[in-house]
Amino acid sequence: MAIAYEPTLTFGRTVQERCGEPLMRCYFCQKCSAGCPVAYAMDLKPAQVIRLIQLGQKDVVLSSPAIWLCVGCETCGTRCPNHIRLAPMYDTLRAMAMSEGYKPDTVIFNFHRAFLDSIRLWGRVHELSMLAEYKLRSPFGSDLKADIGVGLTLLVKGKILSLPERVRGLAQVRKLYETSRSSTEVGK
Amino acid sequence: MRYSYYPGCTIATTGIEFGLSTDAVCEALGIELVELEDWNCCGASSAHSLNHELSYSLPARNMAIAQQEGLDVVAPCPACYQHILLADRRLREDEAWRQEMEGLLGFRYTGQPHARHLLEIFGAPEALERVRGRVKRPLSGLRVASYYGCVLVRPPEFTGWDDPEHPMVMDNLMEALGAQPVDWSYKVDCCGVSLALTRADVVIQLSTRLAQAAQEAGADVIACACGMCQMNLDTRQSQAQKIPALYFTELMGLAFDVPEVGKWFGKHGIDPRPVLAARGLK
Repeated sequence: MAIAYEPTLTFGRTVQERCGEPLMRCYFCQKCSAGCPVAYAMDLKPAQVIRLIQLGQKDVVLSSPAIWLCVGCETCGTRCPNHIRLAPMYDTLRAMAMSEGYKPDTVIFNFHRAFLDSIRLWGRVHELSMLAEYKLRSPFGSDLKADIGVGLTLLVKGKILSLPERVRGLAQVRKLYETSRSSTEVGK
Repeated sequence: MRYSYYPGCTIATTGIEFGLSTDAVCEALGIELVELEDWNCCGASSAHSLNHELSYSLPARNMAIAQQEGLDVVAPCPACYQHILLADRRLREDEAWRQEMEGLLGFRYTGQPHARHLLEIFGAPEALERVRGRVKRPLSGLRVASYYGCVLVRPPEFTGWDDPEHPMVMDNLMEALGAQPVDWSYKVDCCGVSLALTRADVVIQLSTRLAQAAQEAGADVIACACGMCQMNLDTRQSQAQKIPALYFTELMGLAFDVPEVGKWFGKHGIDPRPVLAARGLK
């Protein structure tokens, strides 16, 4: 890339403090990128994300679709010679992206939103209505043909039709939503 | 043995074989699972993705309930297990947050109940002896690829399994059932989890690669310890010759000769019965 990016000098420190992981220790061995199961689908690999954070490249990092692709499998953190867990770092980056108005991966965002809505509504996830909400928001988000096939299998095998169960202590669950200190409005 | 049981949201639906087989094998081994009263969802992969705090506070409520029961909490789902573990660790170490949770949830944290995964219960040496003693129909000749998945063993400083890269607990359990565990390199690789619903292409690629790796290692079936892994392997393999994915508890039930086994197998997308029949296990 030929563009020179102006660094946001406080960015690295802010991310490090919020996620509680020693990101400045990274010496770019790239073990995280090598082991990441979804790295092949990411525009920025895990090691590149850390390096860009060190270099204060806030816009590049927070607008990257890669921060939405991390599934939190913890392979990177398990193998890091500097004991940096990257999963909490990705949580922080998504929260910062949302609160500062960077565009998320809409499909992945809508899925998680439907999931959290379901918990707020029932206290537990009701898969059928959760999937309905998600699919209404993102009907063509994933591989629709593959999804229909899987949906039919689950239906035929009697694995998806169930009534929701409401938790008696739902008021308590909702209180947890209200007091969660996340900067995002999601799930509040 | 008696445990508090945290079944999780999928155990009666997409993971129903896991739930039914867990009930059956625990009963067969005299392990009593007492369902946690009024438990709530742990937040799974969505809470931490959008709202980090909730991924701690939701399982904290379950730990508060577990404390009243005074028994260790057993979860069959690795994601539930991991989130309970992480919340419990934070309750122990972050005093300000613990006080906040105690106030919100109306309890006093004692740190007494611990979070355990179901596999851990069966993998302990004395439990393994009981398993051996209960086997009525050894799974002789059945070649099993033990698949642990991602968050069951990670992060290792929280989970404390034998080896985060090369765990053997499930392999040893399969051996105790008379099966033949195969060596393969993908036992802790990730299946793509919830991307199944948002980026099916990624999960199809990862699950197919896992399945092919198990086949290359000569496995007849894959043994799973997670509802998400099992569902992805059961529905997202794209190669022509597919390999069945069973819960480790289903294989225990088969070896224990539990009568309901057929009902569980009927729930699979990839029917395991032809492969099992070919190994003389009907």
